[in-house]
Amino acid sequence: MRLLNRTAGRLSRHRRGRLAGIAMLMLGLGLTGSLYAAFAPAQAEQAESDAALIEEGRELFLVSCVFCHGQNGEGVLTEGGTQYGPSLAGVGAAAADFQLGTGRMPLVQPGAQGAAKSPVFNDEEIAALSAYVGSLGPGPAIPDESDYSLEGLDDEQREEAISRGGQIFLTNCTACHNFSGNGGAMPRGGQAPSILNTSPEHIYEAMLTGPGNMDVFSNGNLTPEEKRDVVAYIETMRDQPEYGGFGLGGLGPVSEGLFAWFVGIGGLVGFAIWIAAHSTRTTKAPMKGTDA
Amino acid sequence: MSDVNHGHLPATIEEPIANPGLPPHSWRPTDVDERLAKRAERQVAALFGLSAVCVVLFLVSYFTLKVGDNHTTFAGFGASNIALGSTLGGALLFIGIGIIQWARKLMGDHEIVEMRHPARSSDEDRQGTLDALALGLEESGIGRRPLVRNSLLGSVALLGLPAIVMLRDLGPLPGDKLYSTVWKPRMRVVRDVVGTPINIADLEIGDLVNAEPEIVFAVDEDGEHVLHGAELQTAKSKAAVIVLRMDPKDLTPGKGRENWAVDGIVCYSKICTHVGCPISLNERKTHHLLCPCHQSTFDLADSGKVVFGPAARALPQLPLMVDEEGFLMAQDDFNEPVGPSFWERG
Repeated sequence: MRLLNRTAGRLSRHRRGRLAGIAMLMLGLGLTGSLYAAFAPAQAEQAESDAALIEEGRELFLVSCVFCHGQNGEGVLTEGGTQYGPSLAGVGAAAADFQLGTGRMPLVQPGAQGAAKSPVFNDEEIAALSAYVGSLGPGPAIPDESDYSLEGLDDEQREEAISRGGQIFLTNCTACHNFSGNGGAMPRGGQAPSILNTSPEHIYEAMLTGPGNMDVFSNGNLTPEEKRDVVAYIETMRDQPEYGGFGLGGLGPVSEGLFAWFVGIGGLVGFAIWIAAHSTRTTKAPMKGTDA
Repeated sequence: MSDVNHGHLPATIEEPIANPGLPPHSWRPTDVDERLAKRAERQVAALFGLSAVCVVLFLVSYFTLKVGDNHTTFAGFGASNIALGSTLGGALLFIGIGIIQWARKLMGDHEIVEMRHPARSSDEDRQGTLDALALGLEESGIGRRPLVRNSLLGSVALLGLPAIVMLRDLGPLPGDKLYSTVWKPRMRVVRDVVGTPINIADLEIGDLVNAEPEIVFAVDEDGEHVLHGAELQTAKSKAAVIVLRMDPKDLTPGKGRENWAVDGIVCYSKICTHVGCPISLNERKTHHLLCPCHQSTFDLADSGKVVFGPAARALPQLPLMVDEEGFLMAQDDFNEPVGPSFWERG
C-alpha cells in the first residue's frame, strides 16, 4: 500500500508538467482504439473476406455459368427473344443458394424444368457463387438458421407454431405440392416437386425466391415467422405414419387407380384364367355310368 | 314344353355346314374314382372350415387389439389393421376358393344344350291372366263403390306429403343469393388464415396471396366473430380470392377494367367457374391458373380468360383500390356471380 501510494505520489508530482496533457490524451486515444478493436465487429476484415468470396464466386461463375447467364449475369437471349438463361441481377443470394444447393443448377439440359440432383459444387463453392450472385443486385439473402428453427420456443409455443404452419401450408402450398407434400403434375411437362426430403433452409429459400414457376412468398407476403411455422409443419409431416397402409406416393386417384387396375383387376383376371385353364381329365369312364 | 313352342319356331333353315355337335364328354378323376371324390369333398369342407376360423380370429382381434395406439407393429403397419384386414379377407376368400374347388371337382360338368324359346306367353295363359284380373276387379267392387275407391286414392295421394315435408330443407330457391358475395365497397382484402391486411408496399412481383374479405375475420366490440357457423363458411367459400402481383407490363387490362389493378396487383375469385373447385395452382411465369379438378386454365394477365379446359366463363375479377395507408381493398363486389354456371344465368 505504501509502495502504491509512493508511486502515485511520484506520478502526481508531474501532473501539472508540460507533457502531462499530451500523455493523457495519447493514453485515452490508445485505450479507446484498442477497446474498439477488441469489441467492435471486425467489419474491415469482414468486408475484405466478403470481397474475396465474391471474387472467388466470380471466378467460378466465369467458368460454369456464363454460357447461359452472361458474363455479368445479365442473361442471354436467343434470336427468338426467349432466353437461354435469365438475368441474375436482383434474384438474391438465396435464389443462387437454392438452385445450386438442390443441384438444379447447373442445368443438365434445357427443358420444362430443372430437376433436383446431388449438388455439383461443394459448400464453399456454393457460398462463393451465392455471394457473387447476391452482389449483382439487391435481393433476398440466404436465411440464417435462426430464421427457420423453433429454437427458444417452449413446447406450447412450438405446437401453436406447427398448427399455424399447417393452416398456412394447407391454404398456400397444397394446390401444387399436395396435402402430403409429395408434389404433383403441372402443365406442359412441369411438376411441383416433393418437399418431404428438402432441407429446411432450401424450403425457406424456395418460399422467399419462387424458383421456376413457383409463386413468391416474400417476407411481405408471409412474414418470416409464418414461413418458419410452415417449415416446422413440413418437418412434422415427414414423421407422419401411414395410417392407411401403403401411401403409393400420396398422389391420390392416379396411383391408387393404377394399382387397382393392374394389381387388383389384373390379379382377378389372372385368377379367372387359371381357374378355367386347369382341369384334369381322365380317359376312363365312370364304373356304373350313373353320372352320365 | 310342346305348347310353349307351338307355332312360334322359325322354319328350319338348311345349314351350309353341318352342325358338328358337341365333342364326346371326357371325365374328371373325381367322377371316376370315389376315393378322389371323397378327398375333394374333405378339401372343400376344410376350406369352409378355414373361413370359419378366420371369422373367429376376426372377432378375437377386433376385441383384443387396440386401434391407433401402435402404427408399426408389423411391417410398418398397425397390428389391428393387419389382423382385421387379413382375417376378414381370408374368411371371404376361403369361401370363394371352397366353392370353386367344389364346382371344379364335384359338381356335374356335363355340357348341356338349352334351346331358346320365345318370350311371349301362350294365348291360353294370357287369357287366363286377363280373366283373373277382371274377376278380381269385379269382386272387389272397385267400380261399383266409388266411395271406397276415392277415399283410397285420396289417402295414397296424401302419403306424398310426408316426403315433401321431410325434403323441404332442400329449398327454398336461392333467389338472388348466387349473384353476390360479402365483398362490399372499401372492404379490405386480408390474408387467409392469419387475417392480416395487405399493404401494397409489402408485395413483390411474383407474390401470390390467398385472401379473404376482412369481414370473415372481423370481431365485434365483445370480441365475438361477426360471422359464425354456416353463415361464415358460406361467406368464406364464396368470397375467397387470390391476389397476384405481376409486372404491370405483362398485364392486359380488360375493357372497362383499366383501373381494377393496382401497380400490377390483380385479384380474382378463387372458385373455378366450371364446377366450383377452389384454385390457387398458379404458374408464376405464364400467369396461368390451373384447376386441378378438370384442368381448366385461366390467364390472370388477361382478365382471367379461359385458355384451356372445360370452364365456360372467365374467372370473375375483383376491382381493387388502396386506402390512405396503402392497404388493398375492394372497389366493389364482383360484377358477376362467382363459381359455376347455374340455370338462371343461361
